[in-house]
Amino acid sequence: MAAAQAAQMETKWWTGGKSPFNVEYGKLMMWYFLMSDAFTFGAFLISYGTIRFSQNYWPDPNKVFNAFPFAGHANLPLAFVSLMTFILIVSSVTMVLAVHAGHHMDKKGVVKWLAWTIVGGIAFLACQAWEWTHLITGHHAVLIDGKIQEIGTTVTMNPWGPEVAGMLHNGEHVTKPGPVAFGGYFFGITGFHGFHVFSGVVINIIMLIMVINNVFERRGHYLMIEKAGLYWHFVDLVWVFVFLCFYLI
Amino acid sequence: MEHPAFPEVTVHHEPADDTVKRIIRTTVILSVITLIELGLGLAMYAMDMGSGLTLFIKGTIVILSLAKAFYIVGVFMHLGDEIRNLIMTIVVPLLLFVWFIAAFLWDGDSWRNLRNTHGRSRPATEQQAAPAEAKKPGGVE
Repeated sequence: MAAAQAAQMETKWWTGGKSPFNVEYGKLMMWYFLMSDAFTFGAFLISYGTIRFSQNYWPDPNKVFNAFPFAGHANLPLAFVSLMTFILIVSSVTMVLAVHAGHHMDKKGVVKWLAWTIVGGIAFLACQAWEWTHLITGHHAVLIDGKIQEIGTTVTMNPWGPEVAGMLHNGEHVTKPGPVAFGGYFFGITGFHGFHVFSGVVINIIMLIMVINNVFERRGHYLMIEKAGLYWHFVDLVWVFVFLCFYLI
Repeated sequence: MEHPAFPEVTVHHEPADDTVKRIIRTTVILSVITLIELGLGLAMYAMDMGSGLTLFIKGTIVILSLAKAFYIVGVFMHLGDEIRNLIMTIVVPLLLFVWFIAAFLWDGDSWRNLRNTHGRSRPATEQQAAPAEAKKPGGVE
């Protein structure tokens, strides 16, 4: 083992005839694509941070995201988004298990874990659809121009402003309008992430069909699953930061 | 050892037998960190803390998220198993984020200060940009 490691250390990567990065072209390019995509998401999130820092008031995520499907008006801050986070982490684990099965040329294993990954991705998208619907259609009493209006959260309206002291409407605290940018950034960034999840699910479905049709079995390797896996893990990675910026802090 | 399909890939790192164990361990780490983050997030909601302590907790959550990113990229994406040159071409450009984040958050903060003081022409009062003065639904600007 030590001798093998020593031999590896002495490898001259730049003498030609071999990949200096020791990976095949597709995988290297996937890494560079993901790096550029990280900057795209980074730019979105940083722009959100800039606007948020420029405001005196910003809505408290614990108050905005406190609903859970079929739980009525129960106050469950962060519960639903935690579920979404765990769905995505678990689907990332099943993806890494699919890649692992691919290393061992285990077609059955790849099919099983890839299928579970697709299920996880679809479950996440369904959760996001519910959350968006809830935010857009969930109306709250807001004091606008001296009149109480019922508005939902959209890219042009934000009911999550500071409470108007001592004013109640149907048992609910009346608020002032919050910063408009909130809805735009929330729907824009979670939407862009959701679009990545959606395309990841599509890629995984194509991979699953190719695995079932023995394409990789004939090719002699499952490297394509590794590349799809990199993309899927990146989607999970981005969610870590979306979760951080929109829900936790 | 040559890769079966790509002769240019000269050292093929056969995944070690403990890969599954490593995946499970990483899953547990990620889940525990997420639970701690949630606990801290809810603690900020449940208790009314001073702005100093809130900032400290938020900083802790950011560091925990970076730890999660490290585990996802290093173990799930196997970047930790690639050779050093490849790791560096990915990680070094990402250092641009240090400037990117610092500069733009600073800019946002400056923007707020200028607005609150009307370009420093009068002393700061926090509620200068009063949301109730908004002309259209939800408007604050």
